[in-house]
Amino acid sequence: MTETAVLAEAGTPKRRPRRAAGAGRPAWSALVVVVAAVVVTPVLAVVLDGLGSLGSTAPPRDLPGMVLTTLLLMLGVAAGSLLVGGGLAWLVTAYRFPLRNVFVWLLVLPLAVPAYILGFVFLSVFDVSGPVQTALRGVFGAGVWVPEVRSLPGAILVMSLSLYPYVYLLARTALMEHTAGTYDAARTLGAGRSGAFRRVLLPLARPSLAAGMALVMMETLTDFATVQYFNVQTVSVGVYLVWKGTFNFHAATQLAVLVLLFAVAVLAGERVLRGRARYHRQGGRGQGLQPQRLDGGRGWGAAALCMAAVSTGFLIPVLQLLAWAVGGAVKNPGFLADPRFGQYIINTLLVAAVTAAACVILSVAVGHGVRLSGGRFASSAAQLTTFGYAVPGAVVGIGVLISFAALDSALEAAGVPGGTGLLVTGSVLGILYAYVIRFLAPAYQSVDASFAKIPSTLTFSALSLGAAPARILARVHVPLARSGIAVALMLVAIDAVKELPIVLLLRPFGFTTAAVWVYELARENFWEKASLPALVIVAAAILPVLVLVRQARRLETHGKAPA
Amino acid sequence: MTIRVGRLQRPAVQESAPAALVFEGVSKHYGATTGVEGVDLAIPAGELVTLIGPSGCGKSTTLRLAAGLERPDRGTICVAGDVVADKRRFVEPERRRVGLVFQDYALFPHMTVAQNIEFGLDRLGRGDRRARTGEVLDLVRLAHLAARYPHELSGGEQQRVALARALAPRPAVVLLDEPFSSLDESLRAQVRRDTVATLKEAGTTGVLVTHDQTEALSVGTRVVVMRGGVIEQADTPEKVFEQPATRFVASFMGDADFLPAHVHRALLTCEIGVVSTVPGWANNEADVDVVLRPHEVALQPDPNSPARVSAVEYHGPFVLHYVTLASGRTVRSWQPHTVRHPVGTPVAVTVAAGTKPTLLLGDHAITSPPPGTSLQPRLPLPIQ
Repeated sequence: MTETAVLAEAGTPKRRPRRAAGAGRPAWSALVVVVAAVVVTPVLAVVLDGLGSLGSTAPPRDLPGMVLTTLLLMLGVAAGSLLVGGGLAWLVTAYRFPLRNVFVWLLVLPLAVPAYILGFVFLSVFDVSGPVQTALRGVFGAGVWVPEVRSLPGAILVMSLSLYPYVYLLARTALMEHTAGTYDAARTLGAGRSGAFRRVLLPLARPSLAAGMALVMMETLTDFATVQYFNVQTVSVGVYLVWKGTFNFHAATQLAVLVLLFAVAVLAGERVLRGRARYHRQGGRGQGLQPQRLDGGRGWGAAALCMAAVSTGFLIPVLQLLAWAVGGAVKNPGFLADPRFGQYIINTLLVAAVTAAACVILSVAVGHGVRLSGGRFASSAAQLTTFGYAVPGAVVGIGVLISFAALDSALEAAGVPGGTGLLVTGSVLGILYAYVIRFLAPAYQSVDASFAKIPSTLTFSALSLGAAPARILARVHVPLARSGIAVALMLVAIDAVKELPIVLLLRPFGFTTAAVWVYELARENFWEKASLPALVIVAAAILPVLVLVRQARRLETHGKAPA
Repeated sequence: MTIRVGRLQRPAVQESAPAALVFEGVSKHYGATTGVEGVDLAIPAGELVTLIGPSGCGKSTTLRLAAGLERPDRGTICVAGDVVADKRRFVEPERRRVGLVFQDYALFPHMTVAQNIEFGLDRLGRGDRRARTGEVLDLVRLAHLAARYPHELSGGEQQRVALARALAPRPAVVLLDEPFSSLDESLRAQVRRDTVATLKEAGTTGVLVTHDQTEALSVGTRVVVMRGGVIEQADTPEKVFEQPATRFVASFMGDADFLPAHVHRALLTCEIGVVSTVPGWANNEADVDVVLRPHEVALQPDPNSPARVSAVEYHGPFVLHYVTLASGRTVRSWQPHTVRHPVGTPVAVTVAAGTKPTLLLGDHAITSPPPGTSLQPRLPLPIQ
């Protein structure tokens, strides 16, 4: 879930320092451009190959069905997240009720349970063989009708519950931070509480709601693991199945282009919904919306609603996983000590560490390069490096495959038999490359946020004191950006631990990470065995969520403190 | 406009050492906006020059060009006799001998005062580095704060550290970008005096950008007034104030009112009567504008005068009177704080004796009669 980082940045308006030495430094500009090219090439390759091969292969027979399913899933999850996330944000902002101050940040926790984990826990409870249906059959007999759980609505439900915090966080930031003065102005101009909400707060929150829904839809589009539990065939699943089933490049790239079209549509839709509004603080300081007290039953009702969201999204799945792990260990103490488990964890950590290091090094190089070379060209190139986060995993995966294939044939043409051999065997290098493309955005954003806080006068001073760029990097930029660098390392490592679709698509035979293991065990309904790696992933994923929680709480105290 | 600062006045310096900073025909544009256009400037070693103008006048661009933070579109820039930027060459800022002091001081927050100063001395050996750091710290009288971090210092102390750090590597010229504007009014004068004294003591050439007219006049040995990317005037503070080269300089560097005036055979007259005589114009007749500064305008209550006091502003030591003349034009006059003519008082307006007002033809000052204004010389009276 790359977007955690993107989200963390959305609330803080950035002060762009003046562009640095406009004199231009070709080497540093070139470095930025090379990084951008490395990120963009695979995606460009997909588009070129997909469009160039149109008509050469027949589209999959169920293409219209896939497109429709994708559309319904994305719209369904967006609507569900808006309902849950937007509704809860309004509830905790506009009202006071029992435990509200705790729920304000507890409601963020479901972000720590990836949809592919929430999904299988959900299935274990509600599917035909699960306790709920068994109990229903016990009461009403075997013929009782229950809705099909492994279905599109089931997938929409699970993904909405797992992804709503994106909308929740952005909506809350919008309601708390951006609108206080404007709200006060509306009230002094005679608008009532609900009038001010409808005519001022909601329009001001619209860009944030649109951004939150866009994040949710991108996550939904990228997923092709969770949806397979639910037998939901999206275009991303299509890419995966076509590639794994037929190894037909052109058929896979054509579908990948379709996935990309969906992504472009989401981003365009966000632009339209956002209108000309921007994220900057509106109207300055003020009291803003004062929460109203909900008494008695209504208060507890509100608390129950929050509890339901936190429970289904976080508490119940985590408790269920713990129960499985403990239960399994009690039944058979040896089962947790699967010898493969250690290997998979090592694989996971290695990939995460290398990805994090690579992303941070590239981000620092790009940030430093932009600062030194100045100029619009380098800045635009730097923006390009973050574009991977908006590209669904299936597209990045196929793009990396095509790029490696092209590299292989180029090498063979140059007389190296077998080329790099990367494509044939599959390669961890491919996974790393794809991860860098996908996760450079959160890394660059947090590094860049730190760079933005370094006044450009500091860089100029260092230059005028005779320091060469490399020395400025080591002595000034890196020490001052270290908080952003630390955050970037953590975010990328955790994203890499959680990431599933790209590994599934690119992993070489026999290479398994914790996420893949969870997925494989869950697909075979080995819930108990899946519980331990799943808990490891949740434990890792909770770290960035705690950062968001801290941010949410700071917002809370900040909002309350008298200006 | 080509103006050489100090070249004619200080030939000795010019010959012994090359000018610390030279701009020759330097232009820099940002897209359609002009940064600077055709700037010529030569700053002799050891001088402190102030650069002043309204925002967007090109003073900051001039500084950035000198520091190497911008590459000029045209022209040549030299530092201490070495070409640092022209059509072919461009010396990166870290290889120029140019020091910078910024408004926000830009001290490295993660280094102590001593480390900040040593940052620019990494080419020296350890012993020399220590010695030089001690030297510049003594220069700004901050030796006792060497181990502090910037956030533990007051604004004035930070400013002095920034100056010491810039001076440490012995730059040919130190550029100061509005170095006092983030200090409190009360502190500013003291820090300004200290800075000037330090620069003088170090013998370093300084270029100080400011938007404060008083500061520009009081600090610099030369003042360069810029507008719209062009140098309007570069001169001693006294000349800039007393003999402004253009209408803009007259109004920007101090208060000024402009009245249409007429010179006839060396006699300068305008609406308020005779202003002064103009030596050298004995045989000329021309229409000009005269620049009147409020401190040169005298008032006397006079019931027969058509001029009326139209507004009075109390400024503490002085009271500024606005006087509307018969033509509707306004002139201002400083009066001592004990004098206050009520609004509506008819006053006679005169120009203080001894005033040598600046004359403008169009937007430029003139000192000699413009061509085509000569009269027939008066015939000497025949000797009888």
